[in-house]
Amino acid sequence: MALTLKLNGETHTVDAEPGTPLLWVIRDELKLTGTKFGCGVASCGACTVHLNGEPVRSCQTYFEDVEDAEITTIEAVGDDKIGAAVQQAWVELDVVQCGYCQSGQIMSAVGLLSENSTPSIEEIDDYMHGNACRCATYQRIRAGIQRASEILEA
Amino acid sequence: MTLNTSRRGFLKGAAAAGAVLLVGARPDGALAAASSDTTQFNPFVKIDADGTVTAIVKHFEKGQGPATGLPTLIAEEIGLTMDQIEYEFAPSNPQVYNNLLFGPFQGTGGSTAMANSWMQYRQAGAAAREMLINAAAQSWGVDASGITIEEGIVTAGDKSAPIAEFVAAASQLEAPAEPRLKDPSEFRLIGNETVRRKDSAIKGNGQAMYAMDVHLPNQMVAMIKRPESKGGIANSFDDSASKEVKGYISAAVLPNQAGVAVYAENTWAAIQARDALEVDWDMAGSETRDSDQIKAEIMAALDAEATYNVNKADVAAVSAAIDGADTVVEKTFYFPLLAHAPMEPLNCTIEQTAEGDIVLHDGAQMPTGPHMAYQQIFQLPPEKIHIKTMLAGGSFGRRATPDADYQVEAALAFVVTDRSRPVKLVWTREDDIRSGYYRPAFGHRVRVGLDADGKIVGWQHQVAGQSVIKGTPFEAVAVHDGVDHSSVEGIADSPYDIPGMALGLTDTPKATTVLWWRSVGHTHTGYVMETMMDTVAEAAGRDPVEFRLSHLADTNNADQQRKAEVLKLAVEKAGWGNATAGRAQGIAVHKSFGSYAAQVVEVSGDPENGIKIEKVTCAVDCGIAVNPDVVRAQMEGGIGYGIGHVMRDQITLTQGAVDQYNFPDYEPLRIGDIAEIDVHIVPSAEAPTGVGEPGTPPSAPALANAIRALSGVKVTTLPMVENGVSFV
Repeated sequence: MALTLKLNGETHTVDAEPGTPLLWVIRDELKLTGTKFGCGVASCGACTVHLNGEPVRSCQTYFEDVEDAEITTIEAVGDDKIGAAVQQAWVELDVVQCGYCQSGQIMSAVGLLSENSTPSIEEIDDYMHGNACRCATYQRIRAGIQRASEILEA
Repeated sequence: MTLNTSRRGFLKGAAAAGAVLLVGARPDGALAAASSDTTQFNPFVKIDADGTVTAIVKHFEKGQGPATGLPTLIAEEIGLTMDQIEYEFAPSNPQVYNNLLFGPFQGTGGSTAMANSWMQYRQAGAAAREMLINAAAQSWGVDASGITIEEGIVTAGDKSAPIAEFVAAASQLEAPAEPRLKDPSEFRLIGNETVRRKDSAIKGNGQAMYAMDVHLPNQMVAMIKRPESKGGIANSFDDSASKEVKGYISAAVLPNQAGVAVYAENTWAAIQARDALEVDWDMAGSETRDSDQIKAEIMAALDAEATYNVNKADVAAVSAAIDGADTVVEKTFYFPLLAHAPMEPLNCTIEQTAEGDIVLHDGAQMPTGPHMAYQQIFQLPPEKIHIKTMLAGGSFGRRATPDADYQVEAALAFVVTDRSRPVKLVWTREDDIRSGYYRPAFGHRVRVGLDADGKIVGWQHQVAGQSVIKGTPFEAVAVHDGVDHSSVEGIADSPYDIPGMALGLTDTPKATTVLWWRSVGHTHTGYVMETMMDTVAEAAGRDPVEFRLSHLADTNNADQQRKAEVLKLAVEKAGWGNATAGRAQGIAVHKSFGSYAAQVVEVSGDPENGIKIEKVTCAVDCGIAVNPDVVRAQMEGGIGYGIGHVMRDQITLTQGAVDQYNFPDYEPLRIGDIAEIDVHIVPSAEAPTGVGEPGTPPSAPALANAIRALSGVKVTTLPMVENGVSFV
């Protein structure tokens, strides 16, 4: 089925089978590879994108259900001031190691800061629980979110 | 995507830009330099006519930092800022880009990337510097001794120019045989806290290219349907249901019958078509044991006399000394199979060029492995095979299979096609957890005797498990007199001065495919040594820190002193003995991969209702810390990796089939599991040693010791959640 998706401010016509996860439309059809495949069962968060500003797991989101939504991926999240602040903080603190989960971490971090501009450590741990990092960069993810919060408050 | 993997292609690209200075080493190791017109040279550093400097990085980047660390060495010696140097990954060439500690074999592992590159990359940078200076001396008619290069600017008195001015002239000079290296007092970048990772920005904005992100024109995605348990053979298949999946292309039994390759136009179609495929398996030769049976075999091996007397001890005398001791402590330990589960599932892409060359796109940890295997599979000479190293989304050892397992699988899936379309092999997380290579299960039994003064009179230590190294090309270097050193490392070479040590090893039969897993044997030996040190100290009525230091007391033994110093630093920084009310501390110290790491874990709660890991304090001595922040990051990651798995992870088998499927039943460490990690680096003038792995071994025993101090519960069978300790 052919559908029109609004992704990163652009309109794309996508032809895929019903039930195709948005993840694979983004990666294989639109060739935007910043959104990652980690588990396929919404257990790691590497595939996190925003639907109308809210983080969702794109591996468990059917593409035909998001026709009317504004989809944002890691490639465009920095166009927004919260996304830019998180990316800046991530570079300042060298949060990444292998980096494979970090697109998803950043998308979730932006989601958190969008609803809570000064999260506590407990709130960060709670919100970010579903984003796994096998390199265990968690301490820097916490610090990165708090640094982004500072950047935004300044 | 451009394919610029071959040496020739690489140099063509370089030549197009004008004169280029290349500095590297000949296969015999001698420094050599060349200008752009040669086709027989592989450099470590390339300087374009416009002054752009590129480090050719021979180690892959899985997060451990060589894409920052190796350029740092070159930038330091030439006299550049970190913004003035780029990096690219080296092509596959085991003669030039070999790991100096692996022989003629290119690869990353054993935490050796910096240790083996330290002098090599500094020398290449220093040679480039001398050649640029000599070219400037000729051009300006001044003495070379009065010329400096700082921040990419060549200066002599009142003359100055960017290095670009001298690239053409320098490229005509011979490389100096022994360029002068900077004295550590002159270092500006090495050890500098302000040097940042070179790959941070691209990993935060979606631009970083991992192997999983390769998308070649007209490629097919292949997935392999594998048997439920290892060793099953695919006889035939029925793809009638797969044909209902839009995007399904075809399927083929792999030439080795280890599985059936399913080809599709995209990843989602491949996943669905593979799910729908019916395969007729011959399971007669497959593994059928349960993990309980494997455990029973290991325990039986501990009950019997060890096959190998590792340290040639007088076992009868040691045993008699323990029998006659005032106090005897005996513990038996069991460590389960573990998966590596790197964040990026395994994958690679293979294509054939118009000239008949084979190109592999891979997060290649050991390029020489697939390079050799492909010569056989494709019947091609080595120069017709090219490996393009991509960023890797973690590994923890999994991408370094001596038999190049997934690259060979991709080649077999490719070789049965007409080769007109590139094939991208993709593993799912289920493939990774269920079809992988595992940290072998191991058992230990330790019997320690103490005299009336609390001194050790005998330490009888028996180890049993499946060898990682035997049967691999690494057997010649790591197996001696039958002993796979990786099964007993951390005990056999422990710096502790332990009187009456007898170490025995028994290899248990092959249970599944096993592989090194971040810190290899130290994953279990470190746990046993350091929980035993605590248990024995307790039996002796002595403080665990004082007890350890008393076995590291030889002031003429640098190994003991470095281990003692790192222990003391951790004690100081953690406030050892001053835990917050309601909390308890545990300590462990372990040497691995040439480095020393000590950790104090502070916990609260209780085992029944949940232990909370409040803080981990780490001290590390890894020689010169080339990039202190990367060292800290590796300690943080190594601690998380070690603790995450002992808390709750294991791979179990039922009738040979793996019971776990995906992250929900192989739960990764989560952000809330460790509240804080604090890392301190011992200042050092020694050459750099490992950092990727040494943070892992002490983490789990320090946690176990903290839980014992808090509750008295001694966990000797892992994971902890299955054995009486829960976590919050």
